[in-house]
Amino acid sequence: MNAGHDPAPFDVVRLRADFPILAQKVHGRELVFLDSAASAQKPRAVIAAMTAAMERQYANVHRGLHWMSERTTEAYEGARDAVARLLGAPDRHEIVFTRNSTEAINLVAHSYGRGVLAPGQAVVISEMEHHSNIVPWQMLRDAHGIELRVAPITDAGELDLEALARQLADGKVGLVALTHMSNVLGTYTPAARLARLAHDHGAKLLLDGSQAIVHRAVDVEDIGCDFYVFTGHKLYGPTGIGALWARRELLERMPPFLGGGDMISSVSFARSEWAQVPHKFEAGTPPILEAIGLAAAIAYVEAIGYPAIAAHEAALTDHALSRLAAIPGLTIFGRAQDRGGVVSFTLDGAHPHDVATLLDRQGIAVRAGHHCAEPLMHRLGVESTARASFALYTTLAEIDALAEGLLRVSEFFA
Amino acid sequence: MFEDLRDLYQEVILDHGRKPRHGAKLAAYDATARGDNPLCGDRIALWLQYTPDGHIARAGFEAKGCAISIASADLMAEVVAGLDADAARALAGALQTLAKTGAAPALDAPLAERLARLLPLAGVHEFPSRVKCATLPWHALLAALAGTENATSE
Repeated sequence: MNAGHDPAPFDVVRLRADFPILAQKVHGRELVFLDSAASAQKPRAVIAAMTAAMERQYANVHRGLHWMSERTTEAYEGARDAVARLLGAPDRHEIVFTRNSTEAINLVAHSYGRGVLAPGQAVVISEMEHHSNIVPWQMLRDAHGIELRVAPITDAGELDLEALARQLADGKVGLVALTHMSNVLGTYTPAARLARLAHDHGAKLLLDGSQAIVHRAVDVEDIGCDFYVFTGHKLYGPTGIGALWARRELLERMPPFLGGGDMISSVSFARSEWAQVPHKFEAGTPPILEAIGLAAAIAYVEAIGYPAIAAHEAALTDHALSRLAAIPGLTIFGRAQDRGGVVSFTLDGAHPHDVATLLDRQGIAVRAGHHCAEPLMHRLGVESTARASFALYTTLAEIDALAEGLLRVSEFFA
Repeated sequence: MFEDLRDLYQEVILDHGRKPRHGAKLAAYDATARGDNPLCGDRIALWLQYTPDGHIARAGFEAKGCAISIASADLMAEVVAGLDADAARALAGALQTLAKTGAAPALDAPLAERLARLLPLAGVHEFPSRVKCATLPWHALLAALAGTENATSE
């Protein structure tokens, strides 16, 4: 992508015009959408790609011996190529489509966890994981006798690498499963270093890239990890589509997750033979339209270019951290050296839900709650926080609106 | 700026949310229950002390939550004192209707007076995501009265 020509200069006003929803008003005010870490808005290119498929070129994939099915199969498999390119995967057969990151992690916990890991081995996660990277491992622990270890974070909100190394030291750990970027603290984890650390102790590394891949280029070969998962709807794509990348030799060793059509090579009542990877893991009619939408989202992001997106979001995050730090009674959670555009905070005298309601009345959408990270809330000593999160379409003026809105919230509850 | 929020955050709510009068565990109690809203992390622990003839003598609570849920818990502790279990359940049912619809159901005179004290909570009905904030303490009350120790607003 982009080989041979530079992308257009980053122009947030022009890019915002690509997202029809940003012109909507809420409570009679301009929408200031600062909840993209929960789910991002969709550019016209994604909407158009999905609409065009439904209007002009749609059938089931991998089965019909007719023009519509063949073209739709090409589009669906083209989406697999797009994901492979996005992740720097060496082999397109290493991309498994799932419903979202949660399903991708459950797939690994089930198929690798029960099929390859042996009872008595351990899985390590961290204190700053999303529930989607906690609960599947608890289920594996309870069903399969796998020990679950939790690596601590530092007060700055970074992984405690020394503690993690100690947890790996006895050689029992078969898999390390960590976020690549915290959805609460914004912390980027040192992915390549984590891969070396895991491999030095005989463990594989899974990274949850749900947040990370929205903001920075990811190359699984450069990182050296073994599994990488992400979800489409945070990357400006539709809901209902996510992906797992895993090294082919691992996928070959893993038994299927779900059984059904499309994942078999032959079926009789006595036994069935599995299809080749990745189809072995894609039972039933897949999310065809969603895959087409995801491919359009990836093309959209690649055309803008990750370096430009990352630079824009770094400026937004710096501005937000300095504006919010100047608000009396406001506490920001997480001060990692390497962080992305997610800022969690509390405001003295106002519960995060009250903060969110009062911001909403000013047209400003933030998330309030535990962000599907209750153990992390406990570690931070709070029940919940408010969270502002940024996307490629976020502007500095919107950060200013947030800061001014928060001052009004403070006055209201003073 | 927030004129339209005054229905939700009436002075009574802000006042009781900021300075709850009954926000402490009872030294001696006959029933207790916890309430959790798993969606938002709000939590309440409620304690009830009964009179010898089974009326609620006093209620006390500890809560982590927003202004709405703390105010609702505090007003609840105030108005359930002196009620027997059936009357307290009837009042809880009326509060839930009030929070969901904004309209106060008809109740007999003694209960109607107590429900009138809760009218400032009617504003939540315009905020679907906040209705559970107002009802959570009442779920805990129903659980405590039933002798089950855990309630959820789900």
